[in-house]
Amino acid sequence: MSRGSFWSVAFAVGWRNAHNFFTKPAMVVPALMFPLFFFTAFAGGLSRVESIPGFEYGPGYTTFVYGFVLLQASAFGGIFTGFSVARDFESGFSRRLMLAAPRRGGIVAGYWIAALLRAVFTVSAITVVALVAGLTIDGGAIDLVGLYTLALLVNAAAMLFGSGVAMRLRTMQAGPAMQVPAFLALFLAPVWVPYDLLTGWVQAAASVNPVTLVLEAGRGFLSGSPAEVVPAFGVSLLLAAVTVLWALGGLRSAERFA
Amino acid sequence: MTEAVRSAVRSGLFRQVGMLARRSVVRTLRQPLMVVPSLVFPLMLLSINSSGLDSATRLAGFPTDSYFEFALAIAFVQGALFSANSAGTNVASDIESGFLNRLSLTPLRRVALMMGQLAGILALGLIQAVTFLAVGVAFGAGIEAGVAGAFVIVAMSLTISLAFGCIGAFVALRSGSGEAVQGAFPLFFAALFLSSMALPRDLIEIDWFQTVATYNPVSYMLEGIRALVITGWDGEAIALGFACAGGITLIALAAASWALRTRMVRT
Repeated sequence: MSRGSFWSVAFAVGWRNAHNFFTKPAMVVPALMFPLFFFTAFAGGLSRVESIPGFEYGPGYTTFVYGFVLLQASAFGGIFTGFSVARDFESGFSRRLMLAAPRRGGIVAGYWIAALLRAVFTVSAITVVALVAGLTIDGGAIDLVGLYTLALLVNAAAMLFGSGVAMRLRTMQAGPAMQVPAFLALFLAPVWVPYDLLTGWVQAAASVNPVTLVLEAGRGFLSGSPAEVVPAFGVSLLLAAVTVLWALGGLRSAERFA
Repeated sequence: MTEAVRSAVRSGLFRQVGMLARRSVVRTLRQPLMVVPSLVFPLMLLSINSSGLDSATRLAGFPTDSYFEFALAIAFVQGALFSANSAGTNVASDIESGFLNRLSLTPLRRVALMMGQLAGILALGLIQAVTFLAVGVAFGAGIEAGVAGAFVIVAMSLTISLAFGCIGAFVALRSGSGEAVQGAFPLFFAALFLSSMALPRDLIEIDWFQTVATYNPVSYMLEGIRALVITGWDGEAIALGFACAGGITLIALAAASWALRTRMVRT
């Protein structure tokens, strides 16, 4: 089998999923609305939080929240692609796809392309809204490359995790099994205040949560004072590598089913 | 017994309501996927928020030194949002499965159908309110208004559940589609997010957000429950909470009844 057949499958699956996403308001609207709600509610409703003694983040609370919402939108862009995988199994499309695809690894790559396009779209929309709302970026071009690369790595890891679950369970009812771990991983990090201002069990959870490193690195890029860069990229790459194996295991499971 | 009640008994209205209410309650309670998330998610968010935002209590003018007490009210309103989803999904499923069509061939009164559906919402709302209250007290929230206040919190929570449940039923009856109900879910969440959910209104710094929160009835529902937990018997906050929840219930109920009439004519 040629490398060309892998990419032809990947592009076909990616195009189909991206087309489904962009032509169905029922898919586009929630994907955009949820991160925007979070951004609006936190940046607008909680802006006074930056007056708490000990809150030290130069660019301001809007930028602090943007760092989280960017990560959240990227992660959920990946998780929602996992929903599409589950839907394709429920409708029987995936079974036909398995029979037709010469290189089945291309199917996973295709869903990754779709997740990437979704994330780019959502993140762009949120960034525009955030800029209008007063987002201040003190980081330079290299910082921004670092920030968005991290976001895309998170998107890929989330998509691979969601796809792995979807290909094993092959039903839309697997939705909570994809969403809840992602939700917990994101919210058990310093979402609203810096790590030092967290209290109780959330601080204990955040101290061992790898998302904390990614979030702090992202906020560091935005403020122009990169922090935890190597650990954050290390964790993201490790997550991506583990979830690749997880997704390929799911694909093997789906092949046995097909 | 008044003539109106006698007439209702004679026409079997109570029996009809009773049967449909029983069906609605049993149906709701038999769906763990409907009940469990509506309890687990608000409690999970309460737990995360109260620990993650506890430092907000250091802000000058914050009404309590425990963010857990402040955030407890969110669980009640968030639970009610799940009621809206649950009620809407059940009604939509009745339409999609043809159950409503078959009912329209019987001498069933529309009001009985509406009241029967709402019984399921109230059952779920009661489970939620009692659970949130019990968890709140167990984890150290003092109900400043005392035992009587706890009953008022349950009553207000039920009214809020009814309000959102009627909106869910209206969306389902107008659209006839479970997907449309799911699609409306983010709008309910927007109403919660754009309120005084995270901070008291006078501590919200951004002007437009404070204005939106001031006009948003969800703020007053939250503040009604919050007053009973934190302040005690604050008549104005409690009255506004009941007025907003009750007002939305009446409007949404009227809209849902109108949509039901249209739907029954269509069938």
